[in-house]
Amino acid sequence: MDTLVAFWNDLPVVVRILIGIVAIMAPLMVLVAYYTYAERRIIGAMQVRIGPNRVGFFGLRMAGLGQPIADAVKLMFKEIVLPTGANKLLFLIAPLISIGPALAAWAVFPFSPGLVLADINAGLLYILALTSMGVYGVIIAGWASNSKYAFLGALRSAAQIVSYEIAMGFALVGVLVAAGSLNLGQIVESQSGSALHWFWLPLLPLFMIYWISGVAETNRAPFDVAEGESEIVAGFHVEYSGMAFAVFFLAEYANMILISALTALMFFGGWLSPFQGVPVLDEATAWVPGFFWLLLKTFFFMFAFLWFRATFPRYRYDQIMRLGWKVFIPITIVWIVVVAGMKVGHVPWWFD
Amino acid sequence: MSLGGSIERVDMMKSMINYFRSLFLFELLRGLGLTGRYLFATKVTLNYPEEKAPVSPRFRGLHALRRYPNGEERCIACKLCEAVCPALAITIEAEPRDDGSRRTTRYDIDLFKCIFCGFCEESCPVDSIVETRVYEYHFENRGEQIMTKQKLLEIGDKYETQLAADRAAQAAVR
Repeated sequence: MDTLVAFWNDLPVVVRILIGIVAIMAPLMVLVAYYTYAERRIIGAMQVRIGPNRVGFFGLRMAGLGQPIADAVKLMFKEIVLPTGANKLLFLIAPLISIGPALAAWAVFPFSPGLVLADINAGLLYILALTSMGVYGVIIAGWASNSKYAFLGALRSAAQIVSYEIAMGFALVGVLVAAGSLNLGQIVESQSGSALHWFWLPLLPLFMIYWISGVAETNRAPFDVAEGESEIVAGFHVEYSGMAFAVFFLAEYANMILISALTALMFFGGWLSPFQGVPVLDEATAWVPGFFWLLLKTFFFMFAFLWFRATFPRYRYDQIMRLGWKVFIPITIVWIVVVAGMKVGHVPWWFD
Repeated sequence: MSLGGSIERVDMMKSMINYFRSLFLFELLRGLGLTGRYLFATKVTLNYPEEKAPVSPRFRGLHALRRYPNGEERCIACKLCEAVCPALAITIEAEPRDDGSRRTTRYDIDLFKCIFCGFCEESCPVDSIVETRVYEYHFENRGEQIMTKQKLLEIGDKYETQLAADRAAQAAVR
């Protein structure tokens, strides 16, 4: 063990960072692949269907667990069609711009106490900056495709994401007022105590708004006007095929996982055990690693994404704008003031 | 005056209630509850190749030409089916056989034209042309969709037991 630690410390910094990146990316990509499978199965179940249950491994069916692999292989072998009159450079860069930030944001994400690739103090700011980069991928894709549907989708998505970015930002301002830090690790630490100490309770309206804005940010149902299948075919990525399309797909699901994980981190105590402070259960579950709790919370929100998609019809465009500007932004501003008041007044349990 | 005031107050109450119901996402949570229940509902999907939906005796699938129990083909080349076919899918040529009976020399159904309306079966005076329960078939080459007399008789011979039972079951209403 000691030699292993010594060997790790002897490695050049670049190699250590690269190993860290692979250790985060590889499981994330597998999770994304199986998230698509989970989506099809869960939404199928909610619609009283079975969903994909045929493709398996080694001639066994295994409830369709081979489906994501088969899908990926299919997409890899397909041709990437370049539309006539498309701006080739931007057309091919757009998917990268949308997946880059979705993956880069994980750099500052703490998985357990101290287990983080880059423990920077401006972590929340970094996340905010990167998640708002993703919209450029959508806009550039829509414009570079030289297609009216793609362009319409890009315009819709630009307006929508910009609107909800504000509400989302304000909700996070509430979190950092409550936590008193921009460092994600310290945000989690400041929630320790018990499940009632987590920020979801004092910041309940902000949590709801952050979560709904998160759904809107990722262009997921019921805010999927940017794709709007029945209206504008597939929106910004109509003209994409093969691996270029797959990268957009990957980015969307990676973003969903990121938003779920961030919600768990900032409002539901990240790696903290939900049994903290409960007399018997706390000792009984002490052996469970914090990462497991984080994963459990993240999975719940990932499930909620699918649950929403199976439940809600698509918002009308003007209603989306009304909700963003006339409901969310005023509520967040009011609640930031309330949180500040609670903080100054040292309201128990959270801020004493 | 006082009445108008109370109506106004009731309206205000209603709009307040509606406002708070929408602010606290009341209907949305109810919707989530509904889909949440359906998540565990028994699924209605049929695992097709392993499980199959029940088929009616009236089912109109692949065509067949039947024979009498003594092996003689039923068709007497009356061409009623050819006349009634709305898609003009049936082509019949006929001439007297050596023993003097009238029989078809050619009986083709083009399955690309056929709309499976069942008029041929209904018009047949001798229950010769029928539609079977078979719905799983395919063509791999151009021309295979023409069902010749030979092919139709083979299908009829293969499914005769089923066909006779289905006709018997439907005899009362036909």
